[in-house]
Amino acid sequence: MTDLTPHGNTPAKLGYSPVADVPHVLRVSDTDPAAAKRAERQIASMFLLSMFLVVVFIVAFCTIDKDTNVYIPVFGEVGFLTIVLGFTSGVSILLIGTGAIQWAKKLMPDVEVVQMRHEMTSPQDATAEAAANYERGKDESGFARYKIIRRTLIGAMALFPVPLIFLLRDLWSSPASGTLTPDEILSHTLWKKGERIVVDETYQPIRPEDLPIGGLVSAVPANLMEVQEVDGNLNARGKAAIILVRMEPQEIVAQQGDGWDYQGIVAYSKICTHVGCPIALYEHRTHHLLCPCHQSTFDLANAGAVIFGPAARNMPQLPIGVDSEGYLVAMDDFNQPIGPSFWERG
Amino acid sequence: MSTTSPVETTGAAGATYLDQRLGSNKFLARNLGKVFPDHWSFMLGEIALYSFIVVLLTGTYLTLFFKPSMVELVYDGSYVPLKGIQMSEAYSSTLDISFDVRGGLLIRQMHHWSALIFVASMTVHMFRVFFTGAFRKPRELNWILGVVLVTMGLGAGFTGYSLPDDLLSGTGLQIIRGIVQSIPVIGTWGAFLLFGGEFPGTDIISRLYPIHILLIPGLILALVTFHLLMVFTQKHTQFPGPGRTNDNVVGYPLLPVYIAKAGGFFFIVFGVIALIGGLVSINPIWIFGPYTPDQVSAGSQPDWYIGWLDGALRLMPNLESHIAGFTLSWNVLIPSVIIPGLLFTLLGAYPFIEQLVTGDKREHHLLDRPRNAPTRTALGVTAITFYLLLFIGGGNDIIAAAFNLSYNSIIWFLRISLLIIPPLMFVLTRRICLGLQRRDNAKLLHGYEAGRILRLPHGEFIEAHEPLSVKQLAVITSKNDIAPLPMPQKTDIDGVKNKRYQIENLRSKVSHFFYGENIPLPSAAEIAAGQAHVAHEAAIEAPLHAYEDADQIENFHGGVLHHPGMAPTNAAQQDER
Repeated sequence: MTDLTPHGNTPAKLGYSPVADVPHVLRVSDTDPAAAKRAERQIASMFLLSMFLVVVFIVAFCTIDKDTNVYIPVFGEVGFLTIVLGFTSGVSILLIGTGAIQWAKKLMPDVEVVQMRHEMTSPQDATAEAAANYERGKDESGFARYKIIRRTLIGAMALFPVPLIFLLRDLWSSPASGTLTPDEILSHTLWKKGERIVVDETYQPIRPEDLPIGGLVSAVPANLMEVQEVDGNLNARGKAAIILVRMEPQEIVAQQGDGWDYQGIVAYSKICTHVGCPIALYEHRTHHLLCPCHQSTFDLANAGAVIFGPAARNMPQLPIGVDSEGYLVAMDDFNQPIGPSFWERG
Repeated sequence: MSTTSPVETTGAAGATYLDQRLGSNKFLARNLGKVFPDHWSFMLGEIALYSFIVVLLTGTYLTLFFKPSMVELVYDGSYVPLKGIQMSEAYSSTLDISFDVRGGLLIRQMHHWSALIFVASMTVHMFRVFFTGAFRKPRELNWILGVVLVTMGLGAGFTGYSLPDDLLSGTGLQIIRGIVQSIPVIGTWGAFLLFGGEFPGTDIISRLYPIHILLIPGLILALVTFHLLMVFTQKHTQFPGPGRTNDNVVGYPLLPVYIAKAGGFFFIVFGVIALIGGLVSINPIWIFGPYTPDQVSAGSQPDWYIGWLDGALRLMPNLESHIAGFTLSWNVLIPSVIIPGLLFTLLGAYPFIEQLVTGDKREHHLLDRPRNAPTRTALGVTAITFYLLLFIGGGNDIIAAAFNLSYNSIIWFLRISLLIIPPLMFVLTRRICLGLQRRDNAKLLHGYEAGRILRLPHGEFIEAHEPLSVKQLAVITSKNDIAPLPMPQKTDIDGVKNKRYQIENLRSKVSHFFYGENIPLPSAAEIAAGQAHVAHEAAIEAPLHAYEDADQIENFHGGVLHHPGMAPTNAAQQDER
């Protein structure tokens, strides 16, 4: 069958539809020259306005101060320049589009045309020729005959990307000491016996009496600042962050170790045991700690037990006490890796 | 024919120049008149393509200013609240783009919006292709390409979201670290290699950067090219309609209508994104502050396309196993690795699954109406319901705050809903589809209800039925009745055991599940008789509008009642007409 394509100007303007006996409805712009003229003017004005807006864009870019804010209802306080640039460039681009589509809809033929499809499958002779060519290639190369060449080639092809995998090995290597494995690194934090507990940000040491019942403090070890300076990263902070909360000693139902609190002050890791979000939503009446990421909820009065949500393990507790000067200190490192689970964790 | 302008003369010379070197006129001859069918839903893929182009353009601009470095510095830009604060160079340069580069914020917001629109339009485009069966032979490979493109779109989005190194994006990366770490055996090492050691380290931004600006966009560009080439070679599918068959394409020629419409549409998408980018704030990173691993803001939300995965993480019960000294975190592994892996695998495999149970090896260029493939439609709705429930789970804290609900009860509601509502939607959708098929058949045999109430001479009221239009007939009769595969025999006539019995039996059972319930189209003769009957009746019951005093007839809601001057019987009226 031959393809049917629109020919010249014969069918288009006559309202002839080659598709089927569905009557073709003429548009106003097909029958009324004045309407066609009007459409032409509309389209041209869109393109004209588009050009004008580019000029406005340039003027705005050069004259409006970038720090000027304006108040627009609903949007609030916004940068004036961003709004003007967005509006002028947006509308100028948009107008090119609306103009083009208006052109297509009002002035170009709206008669659907038909084209035939051809099956994707190649004709038999082409397939036969391809097969013959393949056979010739197979024969001439001897790919089938030279078994040993074929097999060694396949082997070589399979192996040559392997070095790539090795090249990725040094994306990380153990620092200085060079012997620690990831799970060992994950298992230790900066906390150790006698390490002072200081307030996050201000690095102020804390006395037990500073902390009221029901109070919560985000804290870090005193040596964090210098370690962070030396390492040049936030890794130590990501592991050592804790929260201190104080409750009536008799409210404590259980802890992860005997006497790990100090007069009702308990310290727990701040890093969620689910996927590692820092937790800071604490409700002092219930002693519940809630992770804002996935809503795991831990009971700090009951050994940091999970009472709701996707976390599977208790929040690790840090044993604390006071030093000779009366400041809160850690009595040891965490007895387990903090944060999300991992394979070697056991 | 007409006068030739100097521009055209130059153009023609240019075409000749190229033709002598590339033979390009053969291509032009074949394709300038190539026909593209028209339907609003075909625009969805176009939106995806155009928003991707906008992403590329705006992204290129952003690379001129963005510094993918985690080196700590003290901010000294023009955003006063953060002056003097320590932050990474990545975050600080993003602040500079937002506050000190004129138009920088516009481009940044356009980039983010167009990325969101890119993923959204790909998703909806995929729904369109799925529900209309456009993935059937010969387009299965293009479907797989599409699934890969959606996956890449998610990857591109997430890597980009992580680059500014603000508190929100860093929290996203922290969750990724947790997910990678949950992978058995290699997870811990994987996370260390990815982040260059412990989280957050100082490498991740500069590692994500080339993936985000080179690797993924390059792959998407290459795959999109193949995607479009395949559409071009196979010719676009079309919806059923008068004169539209499986062997033709009915629509508008490339030149001029399709070029004007599609080209114009590019500018519309571009313009709308520029407008949104200028007027609607997105990802105001200056509010979140620089990243630090021990802080988080309440109501942390990922971009919408990650929402369902975050929801899955939230809804998963807290299972963890400890086997032989090793830990398996099912609570992370299932929602963030296994479920998405399974979902995308099933998605990619779907065309082949359907082909297996239809045994249908024909080419399909005429689109299915969703009702005519009830099981496919129901499966799609089931998957979307599942997805939406997870998505709602991803916003449970927002919902809890907005509606003053307890997040615990929302989560429990969603956990149970995930098991009940998707199957329910399956049954419901299939019922609705079959109901619509019955209604179609009724239309074929009895015409459609014209909404005109007639009173017969003996006082009975009836509603007039009208014959279907050519278009309606073509659309309804486009249905493809598929019979389920027959049950296999255990032994053949000669008593030889059928070795493939188990497999064929399973295949037949799934096939019955898919096509066992079907309302077959009436035969052509039945349809013709039905329509003729309706036409005859309709003529007898024809309305009275031809009467000169028709304007005096009281128009009722839903139809026209008799008026005083009408002929005594319908037959007499018919003669009169």
